[in-house]
Amino acid sequence: MMDFTTPPYLLKTASVQRVMLQVLAALLPGIAAYIWLIGPIVLVQLAIATLAALAAEAAMLKLRDKPLGLFLGDGSAVVTAWLIALTFPPLAPWWLLVVGVLFAIVVAKHLYGGLGQNPFNPAMIAFAVCIVSFPALMSQWPALGLKTSFGEQIDIVFGLAARVDAMTGATPLDAIKTALKLGEGAVDVPALLANQDIFGNFAGRGWEWVAAGYLIGGLWLWKRGIVSWHAPLGFIGGITLLAGALWLWNPAQFAGPLFHLFSGGAMLGAFFIVTDPVSGCTTPKGKFVFGFAAGLLAYVIRVFGGYPDGVAFAVLLVNICVPLIDMYTQPPIFGMKNEK
Amino acid sequence: MLQRLFKFKGGVKPQTNKTQSVGLPIAVAPLPTRLIVPLHQSIGGTPDPLVAPGERVLKGQKIGGADGWISSAVHAPTSGTVLAVEERVAPHPSGLPTLSVIIEPDGRDEWITRTPVDYKALAPETVREMLRDAGVVGLGGAVFPSHAKLSASKTVPMEELVINGAECEPYITCDDLLMRERAEDVVRGVGLFRDLLRPKRVLIGIEDNKPEAVAAMKRAVQALGEDFAVIAVPTRYPAGGAKQLIRVLTGKEVPAAKRSTELGVQCFNVATAYTAWRAVAHGEPVISRIVTLTGNVAQPRNWEVLIGTPLAEFVALGQPKADTDGYLMGGPMMGFEMPSPDAPLVKATNCIIAGSPTLFPPKAPEMPCIRCGECAKACPHELQPFELYWFARAKNFGKTQEYSIFDCIECGCCSYVCPSRIPLVQYFRFAKSEIWAREREKNAADTAKARFEFRNLRDEREKAEKAERLAKAAAAKAAEKKAEPAPAAPAADAGIGAPAAADGGAPAAAPLDAEAVKKATIAAAIERARQQREAVQPKNTDRLTPAQQKEIAEIEARRAPLQAEQPERSAPPATDAAQEQQNQ
Ligand code: SF4
Ligand code: SF4
Repeated sequence: MMDFTTPPYLLKTASVQRVMLQVLAALLPGIAAYIWLIGPIVLVQLAIATLAALAAEAAMLKLRDKPLGLFLGDGSAVVTAWLIALTFPPLAPWWLLVVGVLFAIVVAKHLYGGLGQNPFNPAMIAFAVCIVSFPALMSQWPALGLKTSFGEQIDIVFGLAARVDAMTGATPLDAIKTALKLGEGAVDVPALLANQDIFGNFAGRGWEWVAAGYLIGGLWLWKRGIVSWHAPLGFIGGITLLAGALWLWNPAQFAGPLFHLFSGGAMLGAFFIVTDPVSGCTTPKGKFVFGFAAGLLAYVIRVFGGYPDGVAFAVLLVNICVPLIDMYTQPPIFGMKNEK
Repeated sequence: MLQRLFKFKGGVKPQTNKTQSVGLPIAVAPLPTRLIVPLHQSIGGTPDPLVAPGERVLKGQKIGGADGWISSAVHAPTSGTVLAVEERVAPHPSGLPTLSVIIEPDGRDEWITRTPVDYKALAPETVREMLRDAGVVGLGGAVFPSHAKLSASKTVPMEELVINGAECEPYITCDDLLMRERAEDVVRGVGLFRDLLRPKRVLIGIEDNKPEAVAAMKRAVQALGEDFAVIAVPTRYPAGGAKQLIRVLTGKEVPAAKRSTELGVQCFNVATAYTAWRAVAHGEPVISRIVTLTGNVAQPRNWEVLIGTPLAEFVALGQPKADTDGYLMGGPMMGFEMPSPDAPLVKATNCIIAGSPTLFPPKAPEMPCIRCGECAKACPHELQPFELYWFARAKNFGKTQEYSIFDCIECGCCSYVCPSRIPLVQYFRFAKSEIWAREREKNAADTAKARFEFRNLRDEREKAEKAERLAKAAAAKAAEKKAEPAPAAPAADAGIGAPAAADGGAPAAAPLDAEAVKKATIAAAIERARQQREAVQPKNTDRLTPAQQKEIAEIEARRAPLQAEQPERSAPPATDAAQEQQNQ
């Protein structure tokens, strides 16, 4: 039967599922680069997170008495899972990912009312909770110089082998921060960046290409109209502004904007995290403000704070301000542009 | 001439599905066996029936006279006998009945004497009255009485007259065919409007997916030596919304709170111009219109149909396919399902679409809003539909008004793009009808309160006057007493009031009065409570769906469908709603 109660009778073939699938597709170039850099263990982590997310989602939907098929297939849990897998250290133990995912899906999403209701980005909640609770595990990034085999990686992730400290190293961001701290003004950034073991052409060696992969995927999302340019540009602008200003002021102590944009979670954040519609702003101006504020904060936290990266905390902090930003950035409606 | 075009924000591009019905020329539909002519076919007052059952009527004879200035006459579409004047199901989503004149055609199709006039020789006022009495209303779907839109603002010079041939809704092609086949009469009608409004420029906007219509109109304009600009505008729904077309052609944005004439613009549909010309120059009132019959039918095409033709007889002309499961009136974006095969075609009927499960598949289930903002991007009035939705759902109607719900033209773009398939427009209609209902209640309560207060005031005044009178009388008596000290109490008139009268006859008076006041107060309080109860009674704000339909029915007429001519103003809530209620 026609659904006669509700015009319009024509609908665009859009669905939440399609949106989410495109977001997942856009992550692929970054993931490919990540696998090239770290190894197939990335896929294992993605799988662990996905399974955990789907199980948690199904359990919560059942508890909340929601239609399982409809919501499980919407893809939103998978997006959260992938973001968690991509922001956690690739050799993190499997249970850490599961804890993160459970927290994201159960607490950050469903306890707040499920799809569309969560004020905080679930993946970022997972990251924040885990880095606060398990700071050591969350800071163990694989040392790039040392090649580990897939078997060894599997053993580490599933706790079959002891975690070898020698196998983990500092992220490029961390490397700079620690070196500067230890050197107490004696070391300068350009000299550090010359270390080809850690640093590549413009950011972390290898990592820069992962970031470039996210950039490509992000641009594709923008092209498809899934994300608007406002939040990413705001975010990139925020980081560039602060990083650029400090770098111009003292290039010996601060790395340049390009380095910061292609390090840590910046690119992933710009296109896949600050663009989250549910926990982000909705007005065009608001999206820009949201991205910009998150960019500034992310830079401040990663450079001056105690954590290796600041994207997660920055995003969560700005999440709190969303209703306020939205309220003050309501665009004028048709016919009211010249009125106050 | 190079015409600068402007853009309106938002809008969508659904499949137009127009080619199916433009292959054949307009055909004249055969005489139906019955005509059901609703008296209320335009915005505004319901015409009074001028005929009685059994009476013979001629084609074009007025059967309903305009009731007031914002109203429009209704005529017999053919000659025949009036069978009844009674309530019949209306072509309206509510399916509520409306007073209609039922005519049995005699097959002779005998006209009244038609008197063509040269409008140039007449006063503009007379021409406007002629149009009202000929039943000329906006045929784009809004059915606002045209004569009431043909007076320029007294303070703002009329700059542009916009003629709407955009026809942006999918499937509908009646204006397209009209312009292709009868362009000259359309242009003459536009000339008539131009002469009444005296604008600086006349702009005829047609979506660029109708090149034949554009060419035909250009030829006609040239042939008649007019200087109207025929402009192809980009095809994007709802480019044919009056406000959107005005924006595209003039750059002006008419807000909900203003009339377009306040910005020096007025807008009419091409079919309206055509009927206006027929009315004035041929003496033919609006008794037929062109209707597209398309969708799930073997032969989609346009028909010239008598107003009042029952749906069932009309759709038979197109041979609906076997799996047809309903008929839409209007386009798929803003139309609605015809409530019954007996419902008649009216002046607002521009299109009938036969629906089938393949044509309009059932909607996938609704999901929660993910705040993706797609709806806001698509909204031509630049609203934030998801915010409106949120507040409407929470029944926070104050907030919906803060977010300009009355600027929503119910075009359906937001629902069209929503990935969660939320029926947003339904929520907005619900919120609007609730706001109107509350406004009405409040007005009723205010009237009751005013009445009560007035009565109180009057009572008090009367009491005061009475006390004064009595005091005077007592004083006079006292004086009298003094003057002539008679010992006997004047028991007879010690009636009421005089406070502390010296003599023994008076004491009963004061308490009596106090009691009367108390009683009156109690009675008044009871009355007030009763009135308040009454005023509040029809409230149904706590149930979401059931009573909604009826309310929606009321606003339906006001919702200015797109394609449309301008409904002239956007509903100052209470009065219009009340008026409409009367009209039903
Ligand atoms: S389009 Fe639908 S899901 Fe997206 S914000 Fe609007 S209402 Fe919500
Ligand atoms: S129906 Fe109303 S809110 Fe939705 S797009 Fe149209 S004008 Fe905007």
